[in-house]
Amino acid sequence: MADYTTSELMVARAAKELKNGDVVFVGIGVPSLAVNLAYRMHAPGLCMIYESGAVGCVPTRLPISIGDPCLVTGSLAVVPMLDVFNLYLQNGKIDVGFLGGAQVDRYGNINSTVIGDYRAPKVRLPGSGGACEIAALAKKVVITIANSKRTLPEKVDFVTSPGYLGGGRQREALGLRGGPELVITDMGVYRFDDDSREMVLVSLHPGIALDTVRANTGWKLKTAKDLAETPPPTPEEIRIIRDELDPQGIFLRSRAG
Amino acid sequence: MSKVMTMKDAVARFVRDGDLVVMEGFTHLIPFAAGHEIIRQRRRDLTLARLTPDLIYDQLIAAGCVKKLIFSWAGNPGVGPLHAFRRAVETGAPRPLEIEEYTHFGMVLRFMAGASNLPFLPTRNYPGTDLTTVNPAIRKVRSPYGEEDLYCVPGLRPDVTVVHAQRADADGNTQVWGLYGVQKEAAFASRRVIVSVEEIVDPAVIRGDPNRTIIPGIIVSAVVHEPFGAHPSFVQGAYDRDNDFYVQWDAISKDAAGLAAYLEEWVHGVPDRAAYTGKMAARARELQADTQMCAPVNYGF
Repeated sequence: MADYTTSELMVARAAKELKNGDVVFVGIGVPSLAVNLAYRMHAPGLCMIYESGAVGCVPTRLPISIGDPCLVTGSLAVVPMLDVFNLYLQNGKIDVGFLGGAQVDRYGNINSTVIGDYRAPKVRLPGSGGACEIAALAKKVVITIANSKRTLPEKVDFVTSPGYLGGGRQREALGLRGGPELVITDMGVYRFDDDSREMVLVSLHPGIALDTVRANTGWKLKTAKDLAETPPPTPEEIRIIRDELDPQGIFLRSRAG
Repeated sequence: MSKVMTMKDAVARFVRDGDLVVMEGFTHLIPFAAGHEIIRQRRRDLTLARLTPDLIYDQLIAAGCVKKLIFSWAGNPGVGPLHAFRRAVETGAPRPLEIEEYTHFGMVLRFMAGASNLPFLPTRNYPGTDLTTVNPAIRKVRSPYGEEDLYCVPGLRPDVTVVHAQRADADGNTQVWGLYGVQKEAAFASRRVIVSVEEIVDPAVIRGDPNRTIIPGIIVSAVVHEPFGAHPSFVQGAYDRDNDFYVQWDAISKDAAGLAAYLEEWVHGVPDRAAYTGKMAARARELQADTQMCAPVNYGF
C-alpha cells in the first residue's frame, strides 16, 4: 500500500495542470488544495480568485467556504460579485476554472442541479452557483469527480454547466469558448478528443486496472493509444498537503485511501 | 433624523406578509438576527431571494414563512445539503416551496438590473445549460449592434432588503469592508432597506472615510444596532465564521423535529439577539477576530 491517499494523488495531479501566472477561479475542497499546492510548488505567480470577490488570495489557513475571511486578509483586492462575473470572468480574464458535480457525462457536461426529473426530483442538489458561468466563460475547465457508473453516466440528468453538449462542434456553435480540458477521478485522468469531444482515458492511477475503470464508467470507454500511469504525489507534495494545507484532515482524511 | 430602532420594530414596520424579501451577504455579513426576528413574528407567504439560501433561509423555510424561493446555490457551504430546503422541494413539507432558479451571475445581474431601474440585463452566460428550459424567465435576445444572441435575466425589485454591516451612522450611511457580495445592488433595487450593524458611529466617522460607504442613508428605512447579528456567519474584523455550527447544522436539521427544537430554543426561546448572544457568551469570545489594521490614507486636498 502506497503512503498516500487517492485524494492526495488527485490534488497533486490537478496542481500540475496549473501554470505559473495562471489566473484561477478556485472552489472548495480538492480544487482549493490543488491550487494552493501549485502556488507553493511551481506557480508562485499564480493568481487565485474566489467567486466571493477575493482576488490574489494568500490563505494562511484552509478555507472552509469560498467566502472564508482568511481569503480577504492579505489579498490583492476585494471586489463586488458584479465585478467578479462581469469584469473578470465574462471579460475573459480567468484562465482556469475548477468544477465538480454529482454527474459528468461523456462530453463533459456537468450536473449539480437534480437527479431525476426537475419538477419531481429524486434528489435535489444545490444547483449551479457560479458553475454554469465558469463552464461557459473560463478559458479552460478542470473537473474532479468520483469514478462510478452513477457519477459518470452516458448522459447527465440535467445540464447545469455545459461541456461539449452532444459532442463535435456543438459547443463552438453556441458561441462558447474554452470547455473542459481535463477530468480527474479517483481512478484515472481523462482528456477530450479533439474532433468527437468525447472523454478519453489518458492515464490510470497506480494499482487501478483498466477493467475496473470500464466497469465504473457509464459508457463504452475509449482509451488513449499511449495510456500512461498517473504520477504519484512526491514526498514534498504530500508533506505540503498534510502539514501546511489540510493539517486537520478536513477535506482529505475521510476520502478513499 | 435618526432611523435607529430595535429589530423587533424594524421587522414589524417594514416586513409584511407576502413580501419579496432579500437578506443578502455572501458567506460574510448574513443578517441572521433579522431572519430570526422574522420567524419570531411569524411572517407568512414570503418570497425570499438570495444567491445562497444558506442556513438563514433553511430556518425560515422550516418555520413555514416561505412560499417561494429565488436562488442560485442551495447548499450548506463546505458541509453538504440544506435539509429543510430539500424536504420542502422533495416532499412539500412543511409546505410546498415554489422555486425559481438562476446562477450566481444571473442573480447578481437581476439585482443590478433592478437597482438600475432596467427591465433586464444581458449576459454571455447560459447557452447550453438546461436552466433556460426550466426557467422561462431567462430569455434570449438578438443584439441590436451585431449578429449575436445573448441571454438576459429580468430585473428584481424586492419589497425589502436587509443588510448587516460593520458600521453605520444613525441615518443609515453604511460602511462595509471585506467581502461585499451583492448587498449594494440588492439594497438599491429594493423599495425598503433595513440595515443592522455591529456599531453605530458618529457621522464624522463615516465622513472621515467616505470611500468605504456602500449604502447611503438616502435609501435606508431603519438602522438597528445588533452586535453579533451575523452569527453563525462572520463579520470581518469583528468575529470569525462559526464553521463548527455550520457542520452541526447538518445534524440539527437532518430531521424536522430536530430543526423545530433548535428554533424553539434559539429563536422563539429568546426575545432578541442580545439574549441569543448571552446564551453563547463563551463561544462568542472564541470567535472574536484578531486585529489587523490597514495603513491610514490621506483624504486631504
